Amino acid sequence: MELSEHGAIRKSMALPAAVPEEPIKAQLALTEPPVIDLHGLSVSFGRRQILKNLRGDLRGKAIGLLGPNGAGKTTLIHTLLGFHPPAAGTAQIFGLDITDDAKQIKSLIGYMPERDSFIAKMSAVHFVRLMGELSGLPPEAALERAHEALFYVGLGEARYRRLETYSLGMKQLAKLAQAIVHGPKLIFLDEPTNGLDPPARLRMIKLIREIRDSGQAQIVLSSHLLLDVEECCDEILILRDGQIAVYCNLEEERKSNRKFLMLETRGDQEKFLKALAKLGCEYALSGGNRLKIVLQEGVEVRDLYRLADEEQVQLRRLSYKRDSLEDIFLKAMENGYGGL
Amino acid sequence: MAVYEQAYKRYAGKLTPEWSRFLIIPRHAYRAVFNSKLFTAFFVICFIPLLVEAILIYLHHNFTALIAMKINVRDLFPVDGSFFQTFVNIQGGFAFFVALLLGPPLVSRDLRNNALPLYLCRPFSRTEYVMGKMSVILILLSAITWIPQLLLFLFQSYLEGFTWFRTNLWIASAIFIGSVVWILLLALLSQTISALVKWRIVASAALLGLFFIPSVLGEFINIVFQTRWGNIISLGALMKNVTAGLFGTFDRVSGTLRITDFDDNIVREVLLIEPPLWCSWAVLFVICAICLAVLHWKVKAYEVVR
Repeated sequence: MELSEHGAIRKSMALPAAVPEEPIKAQLALTEPPVIDLHGLSVSFGRRQILKNLRGDLRGKAIGLLGPNGAGKTTLIHTLLGFHPPAAGTAQIFGLDITDDAKQIKSLIGYMPERDSFIAKMSAVHFVRLMGELSGLPPEAALERAHEALFYVGLGEARYRRLETYSLGMKQLAKLAQAIVHGPKLIFLDEPTNGLDPPARLRMIKLIREIRDSGQAQIVLSSHLLLDVEECCDEILILRDGQIAVYCNLEEERKSNRKFLMLETRGDQEKFLKALAKLGCEYALSGGNRLKIVLQEGVEVRDLYRLADEEQVQLRRLSYKRDSLEDIFLKAMENGYGGL
Repeated sequence: MAVYEQAYKRYAGKLTPEWSRFLIIPRHAYRAVFNSKLFTAFFVICFIPLLVEAILIYLHHNFTALIAMKINVRDLFPVDGSFFQTFVNIQGGFAFFVALLLGPPLVSRDLRNNALPLYLCRPFSRTEYVMGKMSVILILLSAITWIPQLLLFLFQSYLEGFTWFRTNLWIASAIFIGSVVWILLLALLSQTISALVKWRIVASAALLGLFFIPSVLGEFINIVFQTRWGNIISLGALMKNVTAGLFGTFDRVSGTLRITDFDDNIVREVLLIEPPLWCSWAVLFVICAICLAVLHWKVKAYEVVR
């Protein structure tokens, strides 16, 4: 089953990490310079290798960074931010090397850390202003933008309150405000919806989408919540065990799955399957009488009805199946590196 | 990103020069520091000895005032190297207490609140961070040590004349070097302890202990072994020797220890010889190097668990 699925999907959405010499390219926007360009990036903590020979050009407006706990998502972000030195290889952000041009890169990026990170005994506006100034904004501009950023994230009324008195949701928004106060070109968001209740999560997602749609900044969103990534990102990078398991354009992927069908049958399925194989369709049994089929070029749905009639099989249900992000993620986790 | 627009917009205005960004930290820190009335009051008290120093210098040159106050000019201290050295030492004491109040929370608070990634994800290096934090202390301590002392030196030169200024220029350099070494040591030690200990009270206690425990231990070594080499572990004694060296009052023979029998007859005389000056400088240098190494190790965006 998996083999029949892999062939079709691999073409459109992912290249295997087993052939790392080939940089992974997104299908869209190849003409634009990559946001992040990974050149065999490896990171080790002592003897432990956390990131292993990552290669690829990430070009999306919003790139989702997915992976199970310990896959290396946060380490990748930290390395790109210059917190950890690469053990081998390097990476570029907007064409600037993360080790040689670290300061230049840092003036272009904003970072919202995963953990609670604040400067104690400060009001939100003072905190965001300080962060703006540290990014190079003159004091007056930093103060002005601190107010604007706090209003933008919805903390306008609470901006003079001390950060210690903020709820978790408010703290997340304050962290977002400090990440955007200096108007960065690229924003790293590390688990931005962590610990948020549904309304707060929706608000955060809305803000991220607004920033993305403004076209003023690109976003790298690290999360283990697939729904968040699905709602915000146009490209995803799935890490597994420090290696790239999948890198794909979600929209392209969705389009490419237009020929992916789900069937429920009654009758002699064996004969029907043989007939399908003769027709050149790849198929997979997905439990009970359910089938997943990839229609080949030139094969139409009516051909399936004809086949079912010939083989005396009832088609109880037929629907186009679009791979959800969850499917992509689970397949990436089931399979070897890069194999879908 | 105007408030009313509610939209994300990139910043396209001017940026501040990179070299000056470390000064953002002290500027913001002073807002919090001088919010404390207690600290402000103590900081004002730090200027009282300087006021006394200024009055003494003034009196030396104002016979009318001396006559009015019925003070004989011979009763006043001469305004020379020793005069300035005394006040450098007094201000050094005040500087210690200012550092004790100010230093411990500077880095520890950021470590406790995971604030370092926020600093270091910006065009702001670890060196700039340490420089910024240290300058919080250095600027304030400079304001109560070498800056006013040098102004008073100039005041004395103005009253005494250019010849005095020219022949005593070494006093100015002694004031500057002695004070700067002391406040640099205080800043480094307080930052290092602050980086190692996350709780302010513990950090303050550790800083206090670092000055007093080795001093007591050093004195104990001096008494037991009838030597002055115990001073090598006492920060206070080290600085005293260094300052004395700078002001030209350092004497390796700091005293004589007379050992007597029960009838008070002198059995033996032991000359108490201070460690050579270069030893004091070397120990201070080693302490500063250790502090820098610890700061280099601790001031990181994230602690890596290997």
